[in-house]
Amino acid sequence: MKTTIKILSFLFIATLTFNGCSDDDDAPGVVNEEEVITTVTISLTPQGGGTTITLISDDPDGPDGPTAPSVTVSGDLAASTTYNGSITFFNSIENEDITAEVEEEDDEHQVFYASGLGTFAYGDADGDGNPIGLSFTFTTDAAGVGTLSAILRHEPDKNAVGVSDGDITNAGGETDVEVTFDIITN
Amino acid sequence: MKYFVVACTILATTFLYSQDCTGIFYGKVSDFHNGKPIDGATIYFPELNKYTITNEKGEFTQLNVCSGIIKVMISHIGCETIETEVLISTDDTFKEFNLEHHIEELGEVTIKATSSKPVSNSGQVTEIEKSVLNQFSGASLGDALRQINGVNTINTGNSIVKPVINGMHSSRIIILNNNVRLQDQEWGIEHAPNLDLNLANNIIVLKGSGSLAYGSDAIGGIVLVNPERTILKDTLYGNTILNGQSNGRGGNITTSLKKNFESGWFIHGNGTLKKLGDYRAPDYYLTNTAHQTGAFSINSGYKSFKEGFNAFYSFIYNEIGILQASHVGNINDLANALETQQPLIADDFDYKIEAPKQEIRHHLVKLDYFKRFKSFGKLQFQYDYQNNQRFEFDRRIGDNRFRPSVDLNLQTHSFLIDLTLDTQADESFKSGILARYQDNFANPDTGVRRLIPDYERYDFGAFLIFEKSFNETFITDFGVRYDYNHIDALKFYRKTRWEEQGYDQDFSDVIIEDFGTQWLTNPKFTFHNIAASAGIRKTINNQELRLQYALTSRAPNSAELFSDGLHHSAARIEIGDLRLEQEWSNRIGFSYNLSKAIIKLNVEVFANHISNFIYIRPNADNPIQQSNRGAFPIWEYVQSDSFFTGLDITSNFILNEELSFYNQASFLYAQDLDDDIPVIDIPGFTNSASLNFSKSEWGKFKATLTNETVLMQNRFPDNNYTISNPTTGEDVFIDISTPPASYTLFHLNLSKKFAISNKTDLNVSLGIQNIFNTTYRNYLNRQRFFADEIGRNFNLQIQFNY
Repeated sequence: MKTTIKILSFLFIATLTFNGCSDDDDAPGVVNEEEVITTVTISLTPQGGGTTITLISDDPDGPDGPTAPSVTVSGDLAASTTYNGSITFFNSIENEDITAEVEEEDDEHQVFYASGLGTFAYGDADGDGNPIGLSFTFTTDAAGVGTLSAILRHEPDKNAVGVSDGDITNAGGETDVEVTFDIITN
Repeated sequence: MKYFVVACTILATTFLYSQDCTGIFYGKVSDFHNGKPIDGATIYFPELNKYTITNEKGEFTQLNVCSGIIKVMISHIGCETIETEVLISTDDTFKEFNLEHHIEELGEVTIKATSSKPVSNSGQVTEIEKSVLNQFSGASLGDALRQINGVNTINTGNSIVKPVINGMHSSRIIILNNNVRLQDQEWGIEHAPNLDLNLANNIIVLKGSGSLAYGSDAIGGIVLVNPERTILKDTLYGNTILNGQSNGRGGNITTSLKKNFESGWFIHGNGTLKKLGDYRAPDYYLTNTAHQTGAFSINSGYKSFKEGFNAFYSFIYNEIGILQASHVGNINDLANALETQQPLIADDFDYKIEAPKQEIRHHLVKLDYFKRFKSFGKLQFQYDYQNNQRFEFDRRIGDNRFRPSVDLNLQTHSFLIDLTLDTQADESFKSGILARYQDNFANPDTGVRRLIPDYERYDFGAFLIFEKSFNETFITDFGVRYDYNHIDALKFYRKTRWEEQGYDQDFSDVIIEDFGTQWLTNPKFTFHNIAASAGIRKTINNQELRLQYALTSRAPNSAELFSDGLHHSAARIEIGDLRLEQEWSNRIGFSYNLSKAIIKLNVEVFANHISNFIYIRPNADNPIQQSNRGAFPIWEYVQSDSFFTGLDITSNFILNEELSFYNQASFLYAQDLDDDIPVIDIPGFTNSASLNFSKSEWGKFKATLTNETVLMQNRFPDNNYTISNPTTGEDVFIDISTPPASYTLFHLNLSKKFAISNKTDLNVSLGIQNIFNTTYRNYLNRQRFFADEIGRNFNLQIQFNY
């Protein structure tokens, strides 16, 4: 019986010892999500001057929050005009500029644009001479109603066929941003 | 050798003689090597000219023995006979004998449906022996368990493999490592069981919930991973297995060493190292599926018949790469993968493990003590502690590149007391209590919102099991169990999600702090779970019938309650529900076993009605959610009454001395009764047939050719949807529901044994899996949308026993 008591007390001490190193019960720290792109802004400025058109997709509760992004386009575009374009990515939860991180790792990112109302050309390049897509030109065709979409891919294969020309088909990689705006050209 | 043992089972009858002397001599006969009971051993008393035979538990009882010293001879087919003398007292005399019994035979593919395991008399029990487990030295627990009819696996690639018993997995299965219930965040499909198969001496699977000693929530079944038992003899022995495989260009080494002393002290150690590179499908490498494991265990203590104690420690480290191509950003990425039917990333072979990947460390400590009291029974105490640390790394950018996205630490302390009363030969009574404390910590340093929150959980349980045998051929058992669960969580909710779920109506009182866009909440749950079982076992000559009814209940797990986020490999948002209630399962299982010299047949059938069955499915009202990352389907945990039924038929035909044919067929049906739709992730009809050739004259040569056929599952819920492609503006139909086509695979295994000396021998085996390099996909692999299953693999194993 003595042995039994010894063993039991040993088990009891062991329990206490292990409990002693468990985590404290303080209130957990809040996590404000990093790397989340809550705001995508595309600015289109006509070459030779004119009003800058701003396209914003704002999703303050992030990709897995239930609220759909609010999408705004500041005005109609002019037909048969070439615009200097730029895109920025921002995390409003952490006040974090994600554009800078994309620029830092420019060889691993590429933005792809598509619209039925015009054609795009890249205006920048990474260290290997491949496009990034943070700045670009957009040349509108004749007047019409349609969409403009932008897709940011992480780790695309920039050397695959067509990718450096802006064709997403063979790009692969993982989509970080995919936004579509309704636009009108006249 | 196994067939001899089985043949002896039939003879398990005790012969009793009457005489004037009143002493009772009883005892147990076990296998020298593994401590397993030997059934049908003869206990002969030459001076009395009496004999008795051990039952299936290896036990014998000889009534009316005169006090004094008597001669005893213990013999069994295939074993060395022991001659000894025993001092018989006027009171009861107990003695344990160990017979030398060589069962180590490599390449024994047959798995016997055991008729005699203490786990359950009336339940559907199957055992995998060491010789079979050794073949899976380089594989996972799930891969080994798949050898059992009715057990499948649900996979994430080839390295994350979870057992599925009768269509149920994760929290519906209890896995015990050396009598310690694994607490390793088993709620997730990507969370594989954390234990090294190589420390097991045998594995017992109980389908359904028949044994209430381990928990009230095993709706699917119980898996017992048992280490080698100790023997009271001065011995030092061990084995080393070297395993190399072509697919993955790697392998593993595992060594175990065991030292036992006649005094009862023992120390057993075991270690495994494994490294594999990228697997290869027939047409391409599966980039980033490399994997490495390190495992170590030590078991030491003292054991005599009357008392013993034991300290056990086991550690396992796993680093598992997740198929690069399966990590998709949104549903258009998924649509691309589905359309091309090729992984979007397929590089050259590599051993590198990059994000996405998992890193898991699991520590397990167990201390136990037992004491046997004369004419009363056995009392056992157990304390165990587990620490499970899980990191998951996603593809991140900038400074976060090497920061985990998931960092969860789960600590569990359990304390158990078990009492067994077995003084009556025809009755046994077992009871126990359990107290458990669990603490989950989700580290906020990840910079990613927690999928699973911080929580503390308290469990208390108590059970009673009663067994009665009316005669040698008819046994009944009954059990009841109660479990109390209390969960106290601290979870952040996005205010938008909180309102969208309607929690602001029902749970406003659990909010404890306002963090701007998020609420900190303190949900608490209490569940009372009840389980009960009743069963019978009837033996008629070489046939056996088992019938068992079990009621079980399971509280929702933390994923089901709290999930709230984006799931990358599924490209979907998974949402838990705080309102979930516990599941109630009513299961009836029936088994028929026929064991003749040339044919063995085992038929198992079950029906399981589960009220409030919890599962995840697309949200019917709001199936797609828009974001800056594109659209995502929303999947929610729901509850519904469901019905599962299945039939597993295992047969073995001895064609002649050298040839035998083994077949197992499994059919499963599962339906959501509320919505009248099939339950998702239910395997199709599965058949495995093997032809075995063995010739002991050729140095125990064995060859096994196996055909594995899985038919397409035609019963599945339709969760398909249509989205718009932003580049082309066209609608794309996403078929994530249709299961892959049927497939048939062939495998070959050859093995031979070489005796080096008296005590050492060498087993060499060569296996070829997927001989024809067949391209196929498996419905129960979460990566089936992205890549084919692995192709042909050559496997060379060298096993050295000493």
